Amino acid sequence: MKNKLIRYIATALIVTVVAGSCAKKLDLYPSNDLTPEKTFSTAAGYKSVLAKIYGTLAITGNSGPAGNPDISGGLDEGSQVAFIRMFFNCNELPTDEALVAWNDQTIHDFHDLKYTSADPFLKGIYARPIYNITLINEYMRESTDAKLAERGISGTDAADIKKSVAEVRFLRAFNYWVMMDLFGKSTFITEDDPIGTTLPKEISRANLFLYIEKELKAIDADLAPVKTIEYGRVDQGAAWALLARMYLNAGVYTGTTKYTEAITYAKKVIGAGYALYNGYPKVFMADNDKAKDEFMFVVNCDGLHTQAYGNTTFFAHAACGDEGVQYGVGGGWYGYRSTSAFVNLFPDNTGATDQRALFTTSKYGTSPAQLAISDVSNFDQGPHVKKWVNVRADGNPVSDSKKEFADIDFPIFRLSEMYLIYAEAVLRGGTGGDAATALNYINLIRTRAYGNASGNISAGQLNLQFVLDERGRELYWEGHRRTDLIRYGLLTTGTYLWPWKGGVSSGTAVDTKYNLFPIPASNIVANPNLTQNAGY
Amino acid sequence: MRKISYKIMLSCALFLVSLAAFSQNVITGKVTDSKDGTPVSGVTVTVKGTKTAVQTETDGSFKINAPAVAKLVFSSVGFNQQEVNADKAVVNVSFIRLNQNLDELVVVAYGTKRKGDLTGSVTSVSAKDFQKGVVNSSEQLLQGKVAGLEVTTGGGAPGGGSRIRIRGGSSLNASNDPLLVIDGVPVEGNGISGSSNLLNTINPNDIESISVLKDASATALYGSRASNGVLIITTKKGSKGKIRYNFNTQLSTGIVGKTVKVLSGDEVRAIINADAAKSGNNTFKLLLGTANTDWQKEIYRAAFGWDNNISASGAFKEIPFRVSLGYLDQDGILKTDNFKRFSGSLNLSPKFLDDHLSVNLALKVSNTKNNFADGGAIGSAIAFDPTQTVDASTTKFGGYREWLDANGTLIDLATRNPVALLNQRDNKSNVNRLVGNIQLDYKLHWFPDLHVLFNFGIDNSKGSGNDNIDSASATNYKTGGRKTYYEQRKVNTITDIQLFYSKNLKKLNSKFDVLVGHTYQDFVTKVNNFASFSYRSIADATNPQKKDTIAGSVPTFLTDKPEYRLESYLGRVNISIADKYLITASIRRDASSKFAKENRVGYFPAVAAAWKLKDNFFKSVHVLSDLKLRLGWGTTGQQDGIPYYSYLPYYAQSNSAAQYQFGSTYYSFLRPSAYDPDRKWETTTTTNVGLDFGFINNRISGSVDYYFKKTKDLLSVVPVAAGGNFDIQLLTNVGNMENKGVEFTLNTVPVKKQNLQWDFGFNFTYNTRKITNLLKQQDPNFKGIETSGISGGTGNNIGRFNVGYSPYAYYVYKQVYDGAGKPIEGLYEDLNRDGTIDEKDRYYYKKPASDVFVGVNTQVTYKKYSLGITGHGAFGSYLYNNFNSNNGVLRQIKNPINFIGNASVNYQETNFSNNQYLSDYYIENASFFRLDNINLGYNWGKVLRGKASLRIAASVQNVFIVTKYKGLDPENSSDTGVDNNIYPRPRTFSLGFNLDF
Repeated sequence: MKNKLIRYIATALIVTVVAGSCAKKLDLYPSNDLTPEKTFSTAAGYKSVLAKIYGTLAITGNSGPAGNPDISGGLDEGSQVAFIRMFFNCNELPTDEALVAWNDQTIHDFHDLKYTSADPFLKGIYARPIYNITLINEYMRESTDAKLAERGISGTDAADIKKSVAEVRFLRAFNYWVMMDLFGKSTFITEDDPIGTTLPKEISRANLFLYIEKELKAIDADLAPVKTIEYGRVDQGAAWALLARMYLNAGVYTGTTKYTEAITYAKKVIGAGYALYNGYPKVFMADNDKAKDEFMFVVNCDGLHTQAYGNTTFFAHAACGDEGVQYGVGGGWYGYRSTSAFVNLFPDNTGATDQRALFTTSKYGTSPAQLAISDVSNFDQGPHVKKWVNVRADGNPVSDSKKEFADIDFPIFRLSEMYLIYAEAVLRGGTGGDAATALNYINLIRTRAYGNASGNISAGQLNLQFVLDERGRELYWEGHRRTDLIRYGLLTTGTYLWPWKGGVSSGTAVDTKYNLFPIPASNIVANPNLTQNAGY
Repeated sequence: MRKISYKIMLSCALFLVSLAAFSQNVITGKVTDSKDGTPVSGVTVTVKGTKTAVQTETDGSFKINAPAVAKLVFSSVGFNQQEVNADKAVVNVSFIRLNQNLDELVVVAYGTKRKGDLTGSVTSVSAKDFQKGVVNSSEQLLQGKVAGLEVTTGGGAPGGGSRIRIRGGSSLNASNDPLLVIDGVPVEGNGISGSSNLLNTINPNDIESISVLKDASATALYGSRASNGVLIITTKKGSKGKIRYNFNTQLSTGIVGKTVKVLSGDEVRAIINADAAKSGNNTFKLLLGTANTDWQKEIYRAAFGWDNNISASGAFKEIPFRVSLGYLDQDGILKTDNFKRFSGSLNLSPKFLDDHLSVNLALKVSNTKNNFADGGAIGSAIAFDPTQTVDASTTKFGGYREWLDANGTLIDLATRNPVALLNQRDNKSNVNRLVGNIQLDYKLHWFPDLHVLFNFGIDNSKGSGNDNIDSASATNYKTGGRKTYYEQRKVNTITDIQLFYSKNLKKLNSKFDVLVGHTYQDFVTKVNNFASFSYRSIADATNPQKKDTIAGSVPTFLTDKPEYRLESYLGRVNISIADKYLITASIRRDASSKFAKENRVGYFPAVAAAWKLKDNFFKSVHVLSDLKLRLGWGTTGQQDGIPYYSYLPYYAQSNSAAQYQFGSTYYSFLRPSAYDPDRKWETTTTTNVGLDFGFINNRISGSVDYYFKKTKDLLSVVPVAAGGNFDIQLLTNVGNMENKGVEFTLNTVPVKKQNLQWDFGFNFTYNTRKITNLLKQQDPNFKGIETSGISGGTGNNIGRFNVGYSPYAYYVYKQVYDGAGKPIEGLYEDLNRDGTIDEKDRYYYKKPASDVFVGVNTQVTYKKYSLGITGHGAFGSYLYNNFNSNNGVLRQIKNPINFIGNASVNYQETNFSNNQYLSDYYIENASFFRLDNINLGYNWGKVLRGKASLRIAASVQNVFIVTKYKGLDPENSSDTGVDNNIYPRPRTFSLGFNLDF
């Protein structure tokens, strides 16, 4: 009997072991990554996510310089999903300011003005701002007063987070401005569209204009006053500068010009205490953080801490070949140079009078033979641009001793642009400004460029063409040219031709559809709410 | 093997009762292999129905006392048990190997089965049929041996891995590798730091058999990991009897059979000079050297290898055991490459409690040491300027020639000196692995029909290494060289408990057995991360406080411990009715930690039936010895290749080079990952119809299988709406794929005479794969998903995944040729006739996967000699010759970055000045047939005064290849078909000695 009992127990035991479950053991969590709850449980967590949001404009992923990209999709991390590099490719490469020697996929289509919806670079620059906005929306959802209270974050921490929400809303507006400018419409998501719920909607250019305008005005009170917040974070000046730029181009974006508003906001910035930094070339050197009084919004890059192949590192490398030493880099990438049409905007392109003509290196000068490009893929031909250099003006060593990654910060809004907006808007009939002030502003720019008043112009010389040319001379290779040429009706038409425009050595007019980039086809595949631009 | 001993015990016990005394005679005799007449040692000779037993000596002889009316039973692992009357004084037995009939036991999922009783598609290859010669990694033993199994070595690196595909693979973006089970322990196939291939840690000499489980009815008991088939490796075990020893040694030399065809120094000089004369630009002419260096000659060498194995097996104090030691030292043909393996194995199979408790212990330990040569040298050697000498006149960069610019600084983007790459890098690793399990099989005393199997297994591996680059090296001179240490550990444990119940229903003339089991497996990886250091005391002059730590190398986290778990229940019923109808039904329930709770559990059923037609319809047809029809259906899953925690959003911290400056502080990022909360495994449903046949006493035997696999919820990386998630593409369950094919295996013995036997085997596989859906929302304008990145330019892709096409189908422009058949640079057909050549003119052309692959093997045995030949081939496969597309242009010689490079000889055919990456001109037919091995064996017979017997074998591997392909080697292990020149497979000559005593 006892034996039998033991047997039953033993059998039952075996059956229990066989059937016994360890289901609870299947809930596993990573040891280093954090859940959203943990991430947002401290103010430090918020700051790290805020750093990511700002950092999306400077670097391409979570590992510098590459290897853990934010955006996959078969795109090249270094060249196709980097904000600064793609911003440059879209706004400079289709113009007279830049021509590339490389052979990468469709990169020639930019200068040739024949981009298609299959273009991988465009897929990257479409994805980047939307990705940044997705992060911003998530940050906003986690930063409501209710959530902060629930997490016990209060006092100065809560105040700083609240301020940061206004900042990320500025960044969202800026990213949407990029979409509006390049693509003419956009995928549209706000903090009211949580992840993975419904397919994002599309917004038209005009409506996007209104949205950005409304947002920028709405955050004005929450943003820090000009120059009162730590370097790298934005304040009211950035929002005003973006409004000024948008209003200048409102005719292109909405069909209704807003030059008066452009003057209003340019004036707001100019009156806020900014000043041009002495010595134009220093504004683009490794220690250009010293020129911060000239900047409304700057993307910080650092050779050790903020590494990417697509930030200012790209500018310093891609513009040089074996004369890399003068650019402060270990080795040039033999990639981008300018065209004779652009360089000849400078009456003296040697840099001897106008310091902004930064085209002469030890190997290449500005002789007519050097400026001519008969073979696009031959980097030895054409004017080299030595504007962005990873060399410190103060002579100290840069932070990356290998000189692979640049320290140069990338200013998105500078005071000069505000002067130029003011002048152009006045010339185009905006009210609230005057011609004398406009002339004064232009001459402030030129005095800094020449080092003295010798380059100053008279009232009679100041006209719209002069402003466009001056914008070229002052703002080249900073991502303005395409927008400017479109505003002047020159990007696709036959009025102004430059070498290799449209893929022809003497230049040719192209279809006006190229004033906008096509919506990358893969986006339309993934989101049927999106529509293609006319002609593509 | 456990089952065999169990059966022997059982039969012994049955006859114990009929013990009777008769007059005893001394019987002597000899046991020889029916195949080649060689003596068979270690055969157990038992007087039927008694405990009297002896073992044959090394020369096959035996001596036993037996009554004249008795029968002698001859048994040995791998041979058909045989009974002979003990009525003569001399009894000689020609012993028949098991594979010639259907009684061979085949290892299947959770058990073994008689080959004749198989219902699923399973092929087992035992040691004697393995690939001969130098084989460092176990999977290569099967190359060309099994229909439906394609083993493609990655190249010729010693110890290097292979791509293993069973029936083409059923996944796109998750894994297509089969599940690997070593002695009952499913092991992780993902490798470990410091090892190029974890399979090379198992000594092929310790392997008894490898079972290849192909259809779902055979694999479904492995549930969510079974869609790509299963390989079960079973190691050798001891059997009762006298202790036998084996020692074998093999010496080999590998040579480079073929190198990549590039231009000579003189040819490069001629091209540059002609170009300079034409353009008047002497930039490149001034860079020319005067040498004629064959860089490939500088990096390759003859590779020596030495493999030694010693083993002992038998019984020690009634405990059957096998113990072995192995030592392999294999050089690579690429200079400085070396692989060493020390291995040991121990198998014990004692029985306790009146044989009610069987214990099986299997332990395999190994230590592998790699000296990895810098593989970059292979690419550099074909691209480096042949007009330059290896050494420069300066002492900079260790005295090696490197490309400097006009200022004397190194051109960072130039090709590095291949010899310097090899000599200035010291990359050594050390990998220890222990795979072992203990099984307790208890037959209940009070209910013997039921037995309980408890299995605890562990796969513990640790890889570590130092990857150091000399301070003079052009690759790392800026930081004063680099010293890196890495370390990783993987512990995979499994706990199984299984109940087996079997019953013989004599009344119904039926048998059935039932298995119920519970298994729990845990995979832990422990990673330790370290910074890299300079050889200088100050790595970075601008950061002296960081001393020799190289900037940016400090890891974000010092440790990481990813883990995943799998818990399963399984059940199976086997029914055999009248020994004619066989039915198997099984189900497994898997729960995996990789998925959200709602998607965690999956059920994988399978059912199969076999009908022995021979016994039903052809009983009197004597020429037909076997005919069996098999039908199988089952559902399996696939979860390998899915990240461990990706169903939840996680915020990951950035590294120290990805921070943002606020004020004067740099802040690390916290970034949310893209995630798919609904992710689950892929599900593949397979239907299989098979026919096994045998003629003339199975001298002609084989099988035909037709299969159809349908994968749904395919894990595909598909575009997702920007703004809908934290990325623009996501690994998600969307899409379907179909796989179908036919397999045919034939084994014949065309000649079988006293002293001469000829065996011939052939297998053929036809497989086709097609994607049938890829999108959540259908879109007529969908052009497929880009894949197959290539070298050259940035981000160029040559292939696509698209509906209606084979995966990785090439998507290219149609090249236009001139009258002489020469491709015209940059000119393509305007396929859509819209007047411009753009993206819309690309078309689908060919694909990398083969349609048909075959294996052939033959062996002739004449007296003491044997000659074996094996080969395999694949047809219908196409490769993208990326080497020609990237290096066959003038731009490669006159590099725009102002240095000279070398070009493929293909440049002389095309005269392209710029790369035309997307031209279909570079898609080449890569069908091939390779003669893998010719081996010659000689049975020396007795040596050492009759104490031992010796066999000598000589072999040549990789004898020749027949192909139209213009590149180095048409056999490429990449799924994408992008050929960038592999590590050349050496032609290897070896000589082996095998001593049994």
